[in-house]
Amino acid sequence: MIKARGLTKRFGDVVAVNDLSFDVEPGRVTGFLGPNGSGKTTTMSMIMGLDRPTSGSVTIFDQHYRDLRWPLREVGGLLEARAIHPGRSARSHLWSLAQYNDIAKSRVDEVLEIVGLSAVSRKRVGKFSLGMGQRLGIAAALLGDPAVVLLDEPVNGLDPEGIRWMRTLCKSLAGEGRTVFISSHMMAEMALTADQLVVIGQGRLIAEMPVADFVARSSTQSFRVRVASSESFPDAVQKAGGTALVEVDGTMTISGMDAQAIGDLALSLGVAVYELTALASLEDAFMELTGGSVEFGAAR
Amino acid sequence: MTAVSNAPVSFERELPSGRAGLRQALSAEWTKFWSVRSTPWSLFALIVATIGLGALSTNALHGQPFAFPDPTRRILVGFNLGQFAIGVLGVMFISAEYGTGQIRSTLSAMPRRPVVVAAKAIVMGGVSLVVGEILSFVTFFMGSAILAGTQSHVSIGDSGVMRVLVESGIYLALMGLIGLGLATILRNTAGSIATFAGLVLILTLLLSAMPASIINAVSRYLPANIGATVFAVSTPGRLQGTPVFSSQVGLVILALYALVLLCGGCILMIRRDT
Repeated sequence: MIKARGLTKRFGDVVAVNDLSFDVEPGRVTGFLGPNGSGKTTTMSMIMGLDRPTSGSVTIFDQHYRDLRWPLREVGGLLEARAIHPGRSARSHLWSLAQYNDIAKSRVDEVLEIVGLSAVSRKRVGKFSLGMGQRLGIAAALLGDPAVVLLDEPVNGLDPEGIRWMRTLCKSLAGEGRTVFISSHMMAEMALTADQLVVIGQGRLIAEMPVADFVARSSTQSFRVRVASSESFPDAVQKAGGTALVEVDGTMTISGMDAQAIGDLALSLGVAVYELTALASLEDAFMELTGGSVEFGAAR
Repeated sequence: MTAVSNAPVSFERELPSGRAGLRQALSAEWTKFWSVRSTPWSLFALIVATIGLGALSTNALHGQPFAFPDPTRRILVGFNLGQFAIGVLGVMFISAEYGTGQIRSTLSAMPRRPVVVAAKAIVMGGVSLVVGEILSFVTFFMGSAILAGTQSHVSIGDSGVMRVLVESGIYLALMGLIGLGLATILRNTAGSIATFAGLVLILTLLLSAMPASIINAVSRYLPANIGATVFAVSTPGRLQGTPVFSSQVGLVILALYALVLLCGGCILMIRRDT
C-alpha cells in the first residue's frame, strides 16, 4: 500500500503539492483525479523517488522508494508518456531495465506480448506512435511483476480499444491483490475503472472516497433551474435547506434539494418554472468539486 | 462502482535475497551503451581522427630530407582531435538520458544515484581505455610502417615510445570520463560539449593572454598541456618554455578532475529533482 503524509512540494514560489495525505490500499483500483496542473504527476514522481518532497513523506509498504531492494519487482511505474531514449529498440530498453533488477530476459518477451508490441520490439522507439509509446511504458511498469502499480495518465494516446484494454488490465491487477494507483483528469474514465478515488485540486486533497459514493453524491443533487422571476428564489432555496448559485444569464444551479422540492417551492412562491434539469454528469460533479481549484482554468 | 470484496486476495511474492546493486547496474549500462547509434558513430569518428589524421600527417614526412624530431608525436597527432569524439561519447552517455526523459526510467530501476553514475563511469572508462590503447598501438604501427626507411623512422623499442603509447590510451579514457562528469553536472548535451571544448581549447587560448607569471603557474594544470606531455617522447619539465608536470603526474591530475566532476555530479543528482 501507499501512504502519503503531509506531502508537500514547492518549486520556488509555486506550491505544486500542498500537505497531501492519503492511503492507497491493495486489492483495488484507486483513481487519482484532478485537473491538469493539479499536482498529480509531481505526487507520482515523489512516490517513485524522482522528486524530493519539500516536507512530508510518502512510503510504499512503509519503505521509501530509494530503500526498495528490487525497485522494479516491487513497484512498476508509468511516468508520463515517454521516459525512453528514442534511439533504442523497445526490446533493448526493456532488457536494460530488466538487467538493473536481475529480471530474466524471457520476461521482456512476456511483457511485450502482454501489451501487444512483440511485432515491433526491434523497432526504434522514436518511430512509435503515442499509443505504442504508452504501451511500452506499461510494459516497463509490468516488467518486474510488481505488487504496486503506478500509472500516470495511462489512457493518454490510447484508442478506444486500448482504453478498454487498460481498464481490464487495471481491474485484473487489482483482482490479484496488487495495489493499483492510476491518475487521470477524466472523471468518466475513472468512474468505470476505479473503486476508490483520491481527488486533488491545486495540490490539495479535495476528497478521498469510494467511487460509488462520489457518483451517488453527485448525480442526484444538482439541478439547473430557470424561473420567471429569480430575485427572491435563491433566498427561498436557502430557507428550504438548499443552495443556489445564480449564473449571469439568470439560471441557477441548485443543490441540496430534489426536483420535487424545487418544483413545490416554485409553486408555493407562485413563480413559473421554465427549466428544471438534473445535472447528472460525473464531469459536472468533478468540476463542482475542483472548480475553485483550477489554477489556469478558462474564465467562466 | 462494484462493491469491494471484504476479503481481498493478498498479493504475496518472494523477492530474491540481496538487492540491486553495481553488478546489475553494470550489465544494464553496458546494454544501454551499445544500443544507441551515437556510440558507434562517436567511435567511428574517433578512429577516423586518430588513424586517418595520423596516416595523413605521417605521410607528409615521407621524402623529407631531414629527421623529424619525435615522430611518435607526429603519428599520434590525431589524438588531439580524437579526444573530442571520446568527450562527446562521455557527455552523450548521460546527457541523452536527461534530454529524452530516459533518466526517469533509469532511476526508477535504480534509485541510488551513485550506483548509476559509478556503473556509467566504469563502462565509459573501460570501453574508452580499451579502445584508446588499441588505437594508440594500431596508429603507431601504421605510422612507423609509413616512416620505415626514412630518416624519421621510429620503432616501438625506442626510448619513451612505449610509455607514450600506453599513456595516450589512458589520456583518452580520462577525457571520456571528464565528458561524462561534466554532463552529469550540466545534464544538457550542447552545454556539456561546449564546456568540454572550452576546457581543452579556450582555456589554453585565454591563458596565453595572461602575464607570464600566471601562465607559468597555471598552464601545467590544463588538460591540453597534460596531453602534450603525454604525447611527447620526452618533456624535460618544460613545454615551449613553460613548466609542466611529468606525464604521470599530469594523468593523476586529470584523473582527479574526472573524479571531482563525477562525485559532484552524484551529489547534485541526489539533491536535485529528476
